Amino acid sequence: MTEEMVLPVLAAAVQAGTPIFYATVGEILMERAGILNLGVEGAMLLGALAGFWVSMVTGSPWLGLAAAAGAGAAACLLHGAVCTYGLANQVVSGLALTILATGLANFLGTPYIGLAAPGFDPMPIFGLREIPVLGPVFFTQDVLVYASYALPLVTGVGLSHTRWGLRLRAAGESPTACRAAGLSVARLRMGACLVGGMLIGVGGAYLSLAFTHLWTNGVTAGRGWIAVALVIFAFWRPGRAMVGAYLFGGVMAFQLRLQAAGTAVPSSLLLMLPYALTIVVLAVSSRWGRFLGAPAALGINPEPSE
Amino acid sequence: MALVVRKRREPLPWWGSCLVFLGAVAVALAVGGALLALQGKPAWRGMAILLGSPVGSVWALEDCVLKAIPLFLCALGVGLSFRMAVWNIGAEGQFALGAVGATAVALTWGATLPALVLLPLMALAAMLAGGLWAMIAAALRVWCGASETIVTLMLNYIGILVLEFLVFGPWKDPASFGFPMTAEFAPAAVVPALPGTRIHWGVVICLVVGVLLSVVLRASRAGFEIAVCGQNPAAARYARIPYATWVSVVLVVGGALAGLAGFLEVSAALGRLQPSIMTGYGYTAIVVAWLSGLRSGSVAVVALFLAALRVGLESLQLDLQVPAAFGTMVEGTMLLMVLVGGFWTRYQIVRRSA
Repeated sequence: MTEEMVLPVLAAAVQAGTPIFYATVGEILMERAGILNLGVEGAMLLGALAGFWVSMVTGSPWLGLAAAAGAGAAACLLHGAVCTYGLANQVVSGLALTILATGLANFLGTPYIGLAAPGFDPMPIFGLREIPVLGPVFFTQDVLVYASYALPLVTGVGLSHTRWGLRLRAAGESPTACRAAGLSVARLRMGACLVGGMLIGVGGAYLSLAFTHLWTNGVTAGRGWIAVALVIFAFWRPGRAMVGAYLFGGVMAFQLRLQAAGTAVPSSLLLMLPYALTIVVLAVSSRWGRFLGAPAALGINPEPSE
Repeated sequence: MALVVRKRREPLPWWGSCLVFLGAVAVALAVGGALLALQGKPAWRGMAILLGSPVGSVWALEDCVLKAIPLFLCALGVGLSFRMAVWNIGAEGQFALGAVGATAVALTWGATLPALVLLPLMALAAMLAGGLWAMIAAALRVWCGASETIVTLMLNYIGILVLEFLVFGPWKDPASFGFPMTAEFAPAAVVPALPGTRIHWGVVICLVVGVLLSVVLRASRAGFEIAVCGQNPAAARYARIPYATWVSVVLVVGGALAGLAGFLEVSAALGRLQPSIMTGYGYTAIVVAWLSGLRSGSVAVVALFLAALRVGLESLQLDLQVPAAFGTMVEGTMLLMVLVGGFWTRYQIVRRSA
């Protein structure tokens, strides 16, 4: 294997991993606040559709991106409201959100299948792109990829060094203590849904605005679920999520290239790779990480106090 | 004066949950109608077609029952694990594997064995395949603590790809003009219809399985232990109830039931294996299971209702060119509304003067 063959695959891995990365960080924020969101797949799909549609109508991918963030946030806020105010089972509510959003996105999106919208194209950064190995892999990407490099730092610092981050984590670790301190668990959790949902929506928009500039039904293809699994792999830390997302991006890019190269391996078997890897990664990280990471009140709705 | 949320002292009577169900259906239909109107389609006529066509003819009624059969079996399996707060959402993949298992038997012995031996053998192979597929999730949950939700979901994607691999590759019928499908099953491998109808014997299987399962859950030690595990895992462990074993059992039995549904679908409904048997029964089963409040009797009612919705949607697709995803959306809205409605069955809002 020569450098000319490896570097494009690595660059493609970063690109393919970016939507998963956004979604994973969004899910981490929500889970840190105690909201288990199994609706990531659906929220991503809605983000992808909203981003595509607004970008197509207005001609501005930036407006599309804003719409995607809004759609993702709306979907996650709906889940958050059903759980925190309706005190509903978080697992079932997340599943309901995915079913609803998948149907909605495919229903609304059907007329636009095959149409193209303006999106984000690669913009190599002069100077940085000359760095050997790192340059071609990390600095010949599009704006959204560059923005994602800041995510671990921003969310990491946000969670551990800001007042809002600490309170948000308290809502996920001990809602009772949080409440005793006079904070509103519901409001903190809804805040996490808002910000996390925006990131998840952007992850979806990456698929329809940067990865391709097209809308297809089911464009997320399980990436939302991979993101949910990656949260466990990342032990609820944004930095580790980056590693996991690029790992999955690598497998997806590798699999696509093998298909394009016309190997003897049937395409259905190659397509299984990311899903099989998710199971393996989940099994291994669950075994190792059983006693660290998961917020104590994850998936638990505090009962109303009388 | 302020409003406060309070837990209900006594649970809402049965009509409460009926009301919640009807309310959820109404909201879901309203959202659906509004979206139709937004797309410039006649909303009222759409709703009339959606609700009217399933009961409009004997043919449509038979269709409802035929579609309810796989939904019922999958939902029983999914609901069984939900009782234990084990989130098996892999009925879709287990259904696919069941179809694959039954097809393997049909293609191998279809020409040589009589129906009386062949059909039970196909059913057995399907249940085994579906059960083993679910066993992967059970093993990873028990040994590694891996979330069964995500594992079963990933197994859905893989299961469908296994099915596709087979019908595009080794099992492809050379006479199919390149379409991905197996050869048509031998007559002995097709589940026959009840005399005078289009409904096949699968409906009798549903009856037997449904009654058997509710008797086991209500009147046996197994049912009691599963109930305890579902209510309070810590108490179950303290009482030496083998929690991990029951987790595996509910997952594997659920897989076997979905596999059985896959067998019926591939044998009775299509008579050959092809990717179009995957129409999302496994996902709708989740909605059925939860909407029925995990009661076996209600599962049949809700399965019939959602099957009728699918039949109505098919007419809607033909008459108004509405995409199939419309049905998924209505189902999702219904599920979400039932969850919201659940609040009123458990809590009440009372006034309290400050």
